[in-house]
Amino acid sequence: MILWLLIIIPFLAAPLAWWTARRSQLLTVWIALCAFIIDGLLSVIVWLWYRVPSDPTPQQWILDSHTPWIPQWGIDLHLGLDGISFVLIVLTNVLGLVAVVSSWKEIRERQGFYYFNLLLVMSGVIGVFLALDLFLFFLFWEVMLLPMYLIVAVWGHENRRYASFKFFLFTQAGSLVLLVAIATLALLHQDATGTPSFDYHDLLELSISPSSAWWLMLAFFVGFGVKLPVVPLHTWLPDTHTEAPTGGSVILAGLLLKTGAYGLLRFAIPLFPEAAQAFAPVAMALGVIGVLYGAALAFAQTDYKRLVAYSSISHLGFALIGIFAMNKLALQGAVMQLIAHGVSSAALFMLAGVLQDRLHTRDMRRMGGLWASVPRLASITLFFAVASLGLPGLANFIGEFLVLFGSFGAHPWLTASAATGMIAAAIYSLALIQRTFHGPLAVDRQLPDLSGTPLAVLISMMIILVWLGWYPMVLFSATEPTLEFLHHLEPSMPNMPNGDLSALTLQPPPHASAQ
Amino acid sequence: MNTLQLLWLIPALPLAGYLVLLILGKRLSHRQISWIGTGSVGAAAVVTGLVASDFIPQLSHRTSYRQVLWTWINTSGLTAEVAWHLDALSLLMLLVVTGIGFLIHLYSTGYMSGDDGYRRFFAYMNLFVAAMVTLVLADNLLLFYVGWEGVGLCSYLLIGFWYRNPENGAAAQKAFIVTRIGDTALAIGLFVIYSYLGTLSMHEASLRAADTWPVGSTLVTAVAALLLFGALGKSAQLPLHVWLPDAMAGPTPVSALIHAATMVTAGVYLIARMHGIFALAPAVQFAVAVIGVLTLLLAAVNALMQRDIKRVLAYSTISQIGYMFLALGVGAWSAALFHFLTHACFKALLFLAAGSVILSLHHEQDMLRMGGLRRSLPLTFWTFLIGAAALSGVPFITSGFYSKDWILWSVWSSPFSHHWLWIGGLIGTMLTGLYSFRMVFMVFFGEQRIKPGPEAGPAVSIPLVLLALLAMTVGFLELPRTLGDVPLFSHYLTHTLPNQASAPEMDAGEEVRTQVTAGFMAVLGIGLAFVSFFPGTVRSGRSALLSWHYNVAELWLREWGFDQAYDRLFVRPWLSFTSTTGDAIDRVYQGFVEAISMAHEHIVRTQTGLVRWYAATLAVGALVLLGFVIGWQPR
Repeated sequence: MILWLLIIIPFLAAPLAWWTARRSQLLTVWIALCAFIIDGLLSVIVWLWYRVPSDPTPQQWILDSHTPWIPQWGIDLHLGLDGISFVLIVLTNVLGLVAVVSSWKEIRERQGFYYFNLLLVMSGVIGVFLALDLFLFFLFWEVMLLPMYLIVAVWGHENRRYASFKFFLFTQAGSLVLLVAIATLALLHQDATGTPSFDYHDLLELSISPSSAWWLMLAFFVGFGVKLPVVPLHTWLPDTHTEAPTGGSVILAGLLLKTGAYGLLRFAIPLFPEAAQAFAPVAMALGVIGVLYGAALAFAQTDYKRLVAYSSISHLGFALIGIFAMNKLALQGAVMQLIAHGVSSAALFMLAGVLQDRLHTRDMRRMGGLWASVPRLASITLFFAVASLGLPGLANFIGEFLVLFGSFGAHPWLTASAATGMIAAAIYSLALIQRTFHGPLAVDRQLPDLSGTPLAVLISMMIILVWLGWYPMVLFSATEPTLEFLHHLEPSMPNMPNGDLSALTLQPPPHASAQ
Repeated sequence: MNTLQLLWLIPALPLAGYLVLLILGKRLSHRQISWIGTGSVGAAAVVTGLVASDFIPQLSHRTSYRQVLWTWINTSGLTAEVAWHLDALSLLMLLVVTGIGFLIHLYSTGYMSGDDGYRRFFAYMNLFVAAMVTLVLADNLLLFYVGWEGVGLCSYLLIGFWYRNPENGAAAQKAFIVTRIGDTALAIGLFVIYSYLGTLSMHEASLRAADTWPVGSTLVTAVAALLLFGALGKSAQLPLHVWLPDAMAGPTPVSALIHAATMVTAGVYLIARMHGIFALAPAVQFAVAVIGVLTLLLAAVNALMQRDIKRVLAYSTISQIGYMFLALGVGAWSAALFHFLTHACFKALLFLAAGSVILSLHHEQDMLRMGGLRRSLPLTFWTFLIGAAALSGVPFITSGFYSKDWILWSVWSSPFSHHWLWIGGLIGTMLTGLYSFRMVFMVFFGEQRIKPGPEAGPAVSIPLVLLALLAMTVGFLELPRTLGDVPLFSHYLTHTLPNQASAPEMDAGEEVRTQVTAGFMAVLGIGLAFVSFFPGTVRSGRSALLSWHYNVAELWLREWGFDQAYDRLFVRPWLSFTSTTGDAIDRVYQGFVEAISMAHEHIVRTQTGLVRWYAATLAVGALVLLGFVIGWQPR
């Protein structure tokens, strides 16, 4: 029941926030803030309470909540919390706070409805991270989309109609494919056992013929790939991120993209391991293309938010590579990359909002030389820019490097090409700094620097990235059991101590068992 | 108490200085900033001294000390600790980084005083020292990589320190991006090492490499080549040297600390540290020597053609690191590091003295507009002269002579070498003397063109004097067997690095002959400089040399056309690829949308509102359907 509470808190706070907006705007904001704080604390408490840290073989599922719902269809109210869902839920609540803080000044109209939508999205996202019944999962998947569409369509910038429509069409098309695949799976279960089931654990044990597994895996890949986004399906992202209000961009980049990665990690690969294994080179190649293509287009942009949006495509390319590398180390890297990118891109979007608030433009051609007038804003942007170029010592580096370390053994050439993305990332990240804060002064009036709550929030995000960069074990120990489980699903990949030594083709090293 | 346990303070102190400068920010006075900025590095230097005095006597029975701070990563077979590894090699680097670093910080309190970004400057400089110490002390390759990229970031920040000028920003980005190309190769090298050897420890990797890979096998050659490429970027060697001359856009103390004494020699450190892997890949090691020779020659010629005093020094740095690479390539590890030590002293000195000139001339860097500064800036003149003499390798009295001589003798005597490598090094010696004294004569002799301001105060002069003393004396740590035979330095480094191989038939007589040749070439270069550039001397010789100069000058002034070639090959294609903000894939979707809306328009036209038209289409449709039903025969 406690797991339901994690979903219900923002879900109930949503109408409450709307309702109080007529009396006091401030109260609305506080309700939203408190919802995220309580929810986040609750998730941490649940984690610490139910986990047995001394367990020599830690269990994957910390907490499981199972109630029948529509038994004749095999649909249950089934939630489960493991390390991956836990870290993503913490991220969700942290970014919820960030979104509220960055909406504070920006959203002036219909605030109640805005926070209603915001809280509803978060409720859906948390549900997605917890659901272990595919029908329930799909329900939450849809719950997070509609309010997000409204956030872009109502409070967005100049071109919001186009952007929100595009977002809706792409994600709904993806959802449709997903729905068909989920329904097919339930029916396949009926064929095999006589009863339909949407339950994750039931479906894991279902044996599916290779050809249907292939098509279903592909459908899951497309459904989740739209969200991630995987490169040919990515074009909704730059428009939506750019046109969304700051809080919307924070959630889109920080969380909604993560649901795609989570879906691949949780469902697409474990449900169809052989098919995913066969498909892995293609997926990784798409990841490499995403890394390089996203980086090149990021450099090409003149709009600050668009640049950050394309950089997200590049960063999540690394996550895609890590997910499909079929290797525990790379998976750890991919999860770290999700968290690190969530924090750093949310911060960059928040900074974009701050700049837009002061300059009334996102066009970098009209910026430049702002360092002296807003030194704090400039140095904090520099921090997150170098985080996004993968500077060692910050969390993004750990994510990228672990992905590359893990995938190199089996796919040296793909990994080496992905590594060149590090050069491209340096090019666009430094261009961002050069165009905004360096160079000749473009704005002659004095601008207010960062202070107060936004400053505190950004500094906390910096601390998170430094902390995860120097002590990533806090994350790894949480996700280890789940990744161990995912790894054992993989039949053709023995769990070698040092990366995938067995997959090497050039020379079998004698130190395969040295550690 | 065991002073070795203080080791962690050496990176922590500058880091703390950085954080204090960052967090306390505007509340700090100018004086406090100077104290924190310089003091943190000074304290690190003191700790280094304590550690050295404790560690060096122990060297005979223990060659390394390891301090583990915490487990950084330990998951899925990848283990890396935040741990420091102290041995003879890293201690040598530490002494240079903190010692010379401290002197340069002290100098900066004079040089940078009055700058708007005074606090920002010291914050970045402290962060640099912390990153450089991390690089040097790192126990594993991943932590090493943190320092490696960290110094790159600080280099970027400090080159672009005066950010208002877009040229500085361009230089800073160029430096970061070009070195990052090398860094990426290094990173791939790390992936190979981890995947095949299952470790990231520098020490363990070398041991396992020797057990796993036969000499000259493909993989070890690839690893060595990747590491080498990383080193080429950081140490500004061919073909990745193009960023260093532009990096002179940064303030002069930055050039002295980062782009002469410490960061640019990180590549030398990397190769020396991973010598076990290079020894397994003789082809790559030979490439190190060849690249060294080519770089030292090309850069020396470029140094000869520059008008900007800092650019001369930049090319000179590239050229001198070329000597270090040459030494590494022939297996003379200790000689390379000895040259690193002497070079750090005399090149830092030259940069700081040049900074003193630049400061008194109100930021003029063009040597054609300098001249006759000997009298008005006496201290600067004498210290610069000492630096130039050491750089040229004036025999017997300068440190540069001993280190360069050691390298040339090693090149001559090494079994892995070729005599034409030695000849290249000799020509380089001549060129070094020529461009060094060209600088001296153009700046300090002849007529005054700009009236200089007063010479700067003690913050500037104390580091100059101390570095000048070092530049003269540090060479006596290692004297060849023909001249006193003091093997202090090589003996010290044998605790970490292998002895250099030497062909047995080489005797002392042969060594004397090569030494005389080397000394002669240095003096010859200085003499040529006197003939060509000393104001008022033999005009004919000068004009002859100058006309010879300018026939090929076109190519040299363009610095061998590297920048142009890279511009054509990489920069322009990249810029043209990214010239529009549009997304090609999005255009495909746009195409769908347009096709649908076009179809829509056509279909809309059928809705005319005319009953006759509707009736006619109904009839035609019915006929077609009927025909279809009749014509279709079910089987």
